Parts: sequence; structure tokens; C-alpha cells
Amino acid sequence: MILVTVGTDLPFDRMVKLIDAWAKEHSRSDVFAQIGEGAWTPEHIESAPFLSPEDFAAKCAEADVIVAHAGMGTILSALHAGKPLVVMPRRASLGEQRNEHQLATAKHMEEKGKVTAAFTEDDLLHQLNHIADLKPREPIGPHASKSLTDGIHDFIFKITG
Amino acid sequence: MSARPKILALSSGGGHWVQMLRLRPAFEGCDVLFATVKPGYQSQVGDARFTVIPDANRWNKFALLKTAAAIIGLLLRERPDVVISTGAAPGFFAVSLAKFVGARSIWVDSIANAEELSMSGKKAGAHASLWLTQWEHLSTEKGPRHFGSVL
Repeated sequence: MILVTVGTDLPFDRMVKLIDAWAKEHSRSDVFAQIGEGAWTPEHIESAPFLSPEDFAAKCAEADVIVAHAGMGTILSALHAGKPLVVMPRRASLGEQRNEHQLATAKHMEEKGKVTAAFTEDDLLHQLNHIADLKPREPIGPHASKSLTDGIHDFIFKITG
Repeated sequence: MSARPKILALSSGGGHWVQMLRLRPAFEGCDVLFATVKPGYQSQVGDARFTVIPDANRWNKFALLKTAAAIIGLLLRERPDVVISTGAAPGFFAVSLAKFVGARSIWVDSIANAEELSMSGKKAGAHASLWLTQWEHLSTEKGPRHFGSVL
């Protein structure tokens, strides 16, 4: 199953429309999309505006691959589930986000080997056409790096700032 | 400070919230109140205390006022020892107002900001007792420190 998600904030119709058209063309009936409130409704693939954290975790566990906007909530959830992840950054220049931080997220997370980034529609179509080749990743643990949580813990218990 | 420090852990939804949850080992031995914008997130904090604040971003001034009022009420009621936020605009308020109730504050800039700090993150630097970035290349001597990341 391919899980598509745009996160919990805003719709991302450009990505969902492209995946819907691809699924139709390839007769894929195993695509589920979480599309956001007020989004364009896909014609071919199953979709819901929003999933509870529990339902989203269940869909992540079920998915073979996740295709998503380049939001950190989604990226962390997919990495925790150990699933291959393709991310497409929302573009502020197209009114999809207020600034271009998703471009930076996609680029730097790809450099870290955590995601496959699709910066353009052509990139995304290419990844969809080769989706079976994407390899699962080593799942990340449930918590932040120990150096970060230890550093914060030490700061909290330090009496004088 | 009491034996068990009181923590107010406040963030917006989505990725900000997911990152806050990943910091939980840092709160070992503390009494934590989680504050965020979606009631549906309560199931993720187990037995910890949980409250909902109105969401806002810096493009909607009226919503911002409502959020700021809610946060001031929360700080006065709770009197936390430490306020921590992973963003965004509501977290900036909580971190910058913490000192008025005698609390120290921690800003953990979102890992999404890989090339520059968020707008809230830049401004939070002037107020936070501990100012952190999750990207080593963004830490500077006078700027945010880097301890690690939520990965």
C-alpha cells in the first residue's frame, strides 16, 4: 500500500492531483491519501482529510512506502515506522507554504540519507514509476538523540542558569 | 526549585508537536504539563497532564492575541520552573514571557529549519535561557547552541 500524506496543516493539491492521475493511469487501487481540510478530493484514490495520531500510525505500519510533503512531523513518523519515504517540498513561490523551509528540509534530510526528495513534478513521477525499488530504512528510535535530551535534562536540573 | 521541577512543554501542532514528544526523556523526574493546539494529541502523552491552547501564526494578529492571553493565563496559573518549546509562534510567546513568572526557558528550534533559524527561533534567542538549534552548522558562538537533534 502507498500512503500519501500532506500533514495536518494545509492541503497540498498539486502533489495529490499528480498522484491521483498516476494511480488512475497505472490502475493502482492500493493508494490511500490523507489530504487536509478543504483539499481537492481525489477521483481515483481513497482519501480522508485528517487521521487521528493512532489511525495515522496504523496506516504507516501498513504502508510499503510513504509519499509526503516535506514536513518534519511526517518525516519523523515515517522514519520511526522504518518505511521508505519520498518527500516533495511545498513551495512558498506557489502559495503552498509561507516560506521555503521545506526545500531546505528535503535537501538536508536527503543528504543525511533519510528521505528521497522529489523537487519537481517530473521527479515525483519518476519516483512513483520506480516505487517498488525504494528500500526500507533502518527505523529511528522513539526519542531524540541522547546528547540533546541529556543536555536539556541537565539544564532543567541546574539550579542557577 | 522544588524537588520535582515543574515543566511547561508548549508547542504548535504537526511537526512541532512530534518533536516535543521525542524530547520526553529530558523531562525524567519532572512534573510536565504539555500544552498544544489539538485535543486529539492527548492520547500520546499517557498519564502526563495536558491542556489545549488556541492555535495562531504570525499572519493572524487577532488569533495571536487570543493565544498570547491563553499563555499568560497558563503561566500565571501553573508557575512553571522551566518553559520549553519546539515552536512555533505560540511557543515564542511562552518562552519570551517565561521570565515574568520567574521561569527559565528553552527554545529548541525545529529540525525543519536546516538552512536558517525560523523567524520565531531568531527572535526567541533574545529571551530564552537556553537557545538550541538542531543543526550543527547553524550554531555560533553568540547564537544558538547545538546539543543534538530529534533524530
